[in-house]
Amino acid sequence: MNAENTANPKTIIPKLIVRDLNFYYGNDRALKDINLSIAEKMVTAFIGPSGCGKSTLLRTFNRMYQLYPMQKATGEVLLDGANILDKKQDLNMLRAKIGMVFQKPTPFPMSIYDNIAFGVKLYESLSKNDMDERVEWALRKAALWTEAKDKLRQSGTSLSGGQQQRLCIARAIAVKPQVLLLDEPTSALDPISTAHIEKLIDELKEDFTIVIVTHNMQQAARVSDYTAYMYLGDLIEFGDTSTVFTNPKRKETEDYITGRFG
Amino acid sequence: MPKFLHEASLKRHTILDLLFRNLTRVSAFGVLVLLAAIIGSLVVGSMPAIRAFGFGFLTSSDWDPVNDQFGALIPIFGTLVTSGIALLIAIPVSFGIALFLTELSPRILRRPLGIAIELLAGIPSIIYGMWGLFVFAPLFADHVEPWLNDRIGAMPYLGPFFSGPPMGIGMLTAGIILSIMIIPFIASVMRDVFEVVPTLLKESAYGLGATTWEVMWKVVLPYTRIGVVGGIMLGLGRALGETMAVTFVIGNSHELSKSLLMPGNSIASALANEFTEAYGELYTSALIELGLILFFITFVVLSLARYMLYKLGKREGQAA
Repeated sequence: MNAENTANPKTIIPKLIVRDLNFYYGNDRALKDINLSIAEKMVTAFIGPSGCGKSTLLRTFNRMYQLYPMQKATGEVLLDGANILDKKQDLNMLRAKIGMVFQKPTPFPMSIYDNIAFGVKLYESLSKNDMDERVEWALRKAALWTEAKDKLRQSGTSLSGGQQQRLCIARAIAVKPQVLLLDEPTSALDPISTAHIEKLIDELKEDFTIVIVTHNMQQAARVSDYTAYMYLGDLIEFGDTSTVFTNPKRKETEDYITGRFG
Repeated sequence: MPKFLHEASLKRHTILDLLFRNLTRVSAFGVLVLLAAIIGSLVVGSMPAIRAFGFGFLTSSDWDPVNDQFGALIPIFGTLVTSGIALLIAIPVSFGIALFLTELSPRILRRPLGIAIELLAGIPSIIYGMWGLFVFAPLFADHVEPWLNDRIGAMPYLGPFFSGPPMGIGMLTAGIILSIMIIPFIASVMRDVFEVVPTLLKESAYGLGATTWEVMWKVVLPYTRIGVVGGIMLGLGRALGETMAVTFVIGNSHELSKSLLMPGNSIASALANEFTEAYGELYTSALIELGLILFFITFVVLSLARYMLYKLGKREGQAA
């Protein structure tokens, strides 16, 4: 798909670069001068105790915070070099490039097929055949095709929780985004469904840049290439996952991952 | 050793408890008895008319007290048409109000606007009627009806519905006044059900790049459709039974006309106007039968609404 990536899978290209990012809920400063870069087609995990700002950071990447008038971000978030926090950035186009999956499965009140077609229809007018293909493609990518192919016309809510979450992943990738944001995607799921999703994340990074927020450290260790540890709005440590987990540079990180705190 | 209550005092407790339980039971069943009594007396009261006219009562447009000929077609038609017009106007406007209040309005405006809408719901209907007759109808006759006559009155198919002398009062006016009266009900129910939509669901749709309109129309409305229909039914129930406001502006004429600009009559309005002057058993009985028909129509509408709300409750239970 991507020439330089197949030539050398180890090449690290920054997809998202965060510079001096501050975030405010009203007057509360929730993120403090965050600087980091997120590698293309890798999995980057944000970990940290509740309220550390990891979800807030994730939500600046698609400017979801913009729905709420009291929230604002300053600094820069560069997607392929262009600042997405710029006022001129078209939100709908941004969200076509950066998809998101949430803590709980959120199937829309419509059929499985229409759930997937929903986002696609916002940007593309595909023929019936092309749409069928796109839906199948997305469901296969999300490892849901075999379970869902015979009930595409049934309601999305008729699926089990784990299947619903994979439906939401399929819905997000059907738009063919470049970046996939996962906000604690398995927090509402049982261990088996969680394992499914984790396996899926591993496969999806072939095509997408993935950023995952998780409160589960083992999950971060299992699925991510890079890990950022955050605490009270500060980015404490950021590096490749094996280093952060086996040989953390900062005492706070070590305390957190060894379970002495948090 | 715990001190036991005196045996007599224990017995008194049991009796009091029994009394209390039966009192609540009687009150609860009293409602049912009352309902049955009302239906019963309506049926008994309308028996002479039912015997005299049979099902023909529903389809006859005669209303001739002098010759004791009665038919309910005109009031039924007027009731349904004015309520239909009211819904046609009130549903989109209420949707707009609810959408603005839940999604677009700045936080400071939400409360005052919400309260204003609730106040609107609290205005007694006679005030709407007076305002309709003295303020709205003349304006409507001078400015809107001539325009309707000129622009739409000449059109094929649609024309006959909008032609006639611009009198200001008539079925269209009644429908518009009714729509103003039911907008607060529908809008506040819609706002309430839009507010229970999980934030994550809306964010998911926004996260795919949907606009506010797309989120509301394609996700929020389907998700809340049961509650929304319940709200509409509530408004419809009120529109069907509204008496005072309609009496003022509908014209109270027992004539069947295709044109919405012409005066007509509604069941509630006919009852209010004619009961005082109803002489003879058959006249009174015909009016009572009108009441029975109205009761039946509103009963059907309200049970539909209850059913919708019940389904909404179950839905919320699932989501929690």
